[in-house]
Amino acid sequence: MRLSTEAAPHFRTNDTTQKIMLDVLIALTPAVIVSTWIFGLRALFIMLFSMVFAEVLEYVTVKFLKKQKDFKPDFSASVTGLLLGMNLSLGVNWWQIMIGVVVSILIAKHAFGGLGQNFFNPALVGRVFLMISFPTAMTTWYQPFYYKSPSIMTAASPLSMLSEQGIDQVLSNYSYWEMFVGKIPGSIGEVSALALIIGFIYLLVRNRVKVMIPLSYIGTVVVFSSILYFVDPIKFSNPLFHILTGGLMLGALFMATDMVTTPMTPKGEFVFGVGAGVLTILIRSFGGYPEGVSFSILIMNAFVPLIDDWLKPRIYGTSKGGAEN
Amino acid sequence: MPTFTFKGGVHPPQMKEQSRDKSIQKLPLPDIVYLFMSNHLGVPAKPVVKEGDFVKTGQLVGEGAKGISANIHSSVTGEVMGIESIVNASTGRRDQAVVVKRTSEDQWEYVKHDADFKKFTKEEIIQIVKDSGIVGLGGAMFPTHIKMSIPDNKVVDYLIINGAECEPYITIDERIMREKANEIIKGIEIMDYVLNPKKIFIGIENNKPEAIETLKKSIKNKVKIEVAPLQTKYPQGAEKQLITAITKREVPEGKLPIDVGTLVFNVSTVYAVYDAVINGKPLVERGITITGKGVKNPGNYWFRIGTKVSDLLNFVGIVEAKIDRILYGGPMMGIPIPSIDLPTFKGNNAITVLTNEEILRRRTYPCIRCASCVEVCPMGLQPYYLKKLADARKNDLAQENGILSCIECGACSYICPSNIDLSRTFQTTKKVIQAIQKRRG
Repeated sequence: MRLSTEAAPHFRTNDTTQKIMLDVLIALTPAVIVSTWIFGLRALFIMLFSMVFAEVLEYVTVKFLKKQKDFKPDFSASVTGLLLGMNLSLGVNWWQIMIGVVVSILIAKHAFGGLGQNFFNPALVGRVFLMISFPTAMTTWYQPFYYKSPSIMTAASPLSMLSEQGIDQVLSNYSYWEMFVGKIPGSIGEVSALALIIGFIYLLVRNRVKVMIPLSYIGTVVVFSSILYFVDPIKFSNPLFHILTGGLMLGALFMATDMVTTPMTPKGEFVFGVGAGVLTILIRSFGGYPEGVSFSILIMNAFVPLIDDWLKPRIYGTSKGGAEN
Repeated sequence: MPTFTFKGGVHPPQMKEQSRDKSIQKLPLPDIVYLFMSNHLGVPAKPVVKEGDFVKTGQLVGEGAKGISANIHSSVTGEVMGIESIVNASTGRRDQAVVVKRTSEDQWEYVKHDADFKKFTKEEIIQIVKDSGIVGLGGAMFPTHIKMSIPDNKVVDYLIINGAECEPYITIDERIMREKANEIIKGIEIMDYVLNPKKIFIGIENNKPEAIETLKKSIKNKVKIEVAPLQTKYPQGAEKQLITAITKREVPEGKLPIDVGTLVFNVSTVYAVYDAVINGKPLVERGITITGKGVKNPGNYWFRIGTKVSDLLNFVGIVEAKIDRILYGGPMMGIPIPSIDLPTFKGNNAITVLTNEEILRRRTYPCIRCASCVEVCPMGLQPYYLKKLADARKNDLAQENGILSCIECGACSYICPSNIDLSRTFQTTKKVIQAIQKRRG
């Protein structure tokens, strides 16, 4: 009888990287459906094109450029691609999407060493690259249900309207309920807070997410924007407005929770979320851009190695964490 | 029912159903036994018999050396065939073993005993435990008489009896608690007499409600002893985790439980102490769970120490075609054996026969920093980071980040979605670091 002498443990969990990535894709589905309903089939095309092209590009890259013969797709590229698509405006062309995907997959991910090695969230790097390269296309917002009444196509997003015309003008156009459901102009996948929250609850139930980050991120946004709002309610908008508009929900629930580019301990996640929250409100309230979620998360991504080194878990039987390195 | 627990841990499938309701049966006497001189942690014992000698059951065949060592007794009545050097999978090297061929039914050789243990002094009881060759039967095999000899400047506040049995598949401690509750309480009273702790806890995972109830009944009105139900979570039965769960005390790095006023004994060890002090029987047999999907009649058995694994498996029957591996112990920490001709030893609480179906053969993917390993590590380590350091041979940094605190429970490897061999790497790296330390002196 031939016996295997592999060392313990002999049991392993059934969880795999693929299952985690598939769960993220499932969690994003409600938002994809709502966005398709609001912005039409063109939105669906952009998201799917971005997702499929990202997966194909990753396959070609790993199989032929990195010559890893036994490569099997782990669907992490699909998640990146879909998130990138959801972060785009309806105004982008197919070749602009391709540029975004190439930047995400080749530069932000594989140039750093591939899955698990990248410092920055690849989808956000792609998005910011496009935003800087093609500012007009990336900030041409379409009216919800524009496909039903093609006479009025474009509109200002609540955040850009806010920085130009003030909060009263925004609220006369869109109610909070419309913002919550997603009937507002904006990036394709970010508009519906409701759909994103439903997807996030799925991830929570499946225990697939670092919970602390969304809590501290959104919490910080609420606290910080409340302070500003009480200081000057005319100049600054209220916290509810901040959490329902722009990319905050998509960012806090799905981009800032990317496992690869976030800290490894709950304490570290807390710091990450607070930092991203403060930066988001600073950029939105005082910065040159109307929206700051992408930048905030990318900036905090850069701090992750420092945060991990600073907030190590305490080793059992010691008073300190691991030693400095 | 309020339960105690520790921080971290995992929930592997328990797999206890196939043997937990089967009472402990006596296995037939083996025809030949191999008695390792290293049937314990520490210095090997010295053989005191030679080829051709006739030995009785319970007769001393190996005498414990000075320091950390323990006696070993013949587990059958028969003739010494010789002293051989054979593979000891528990230590990973070849060890000396006295081979005894059984020639007749048992003729017992007892150690001195008295039905009323209080007629002995504390020192005499420790001597009996030493003479009987009792070691930690949870698997560590640390000589029990040494653990019971408390240095003068130390006191025992809490005595903890370990009935957690958190390893999947294993049910022998549960059966002993259910079938031998009164004997265990008696054993605890002996321990109490010698160690005089302030409080005694019997820690049992709450997946064994019958054992908890039985022991509670046997305790009756002994206020000093209390059953502490534990949350069912692996590795709840690890010494440090058990101590912290019940007493909230932490054993400092590099120190022993006694340094924080605690001592832990396994229920099987307590039963062996009872058997030695009350019945005068040296440690020549113990309980074992023989289980796994590859076994036809999984169950719990009393077996003679040194019996060949093949003899045990012949009795319960195996499904040979499907077997992938056979373990000393359970699937989380069990040691795989290269051949079923190897003998058993005192620390064997289970033989688990795993089939192809139970072994997941998965690809290894890159770490995605999901932080699961950090979350489950019961020692507060960062397995993902230690793995990086260990792979890069940065042993000093790995040591600074606590790799020597790793208890090799395997929780990190179990939970890793990328199927990375974390604890296996740590096992090797720890050995390398310890070898270097030894050489440097």
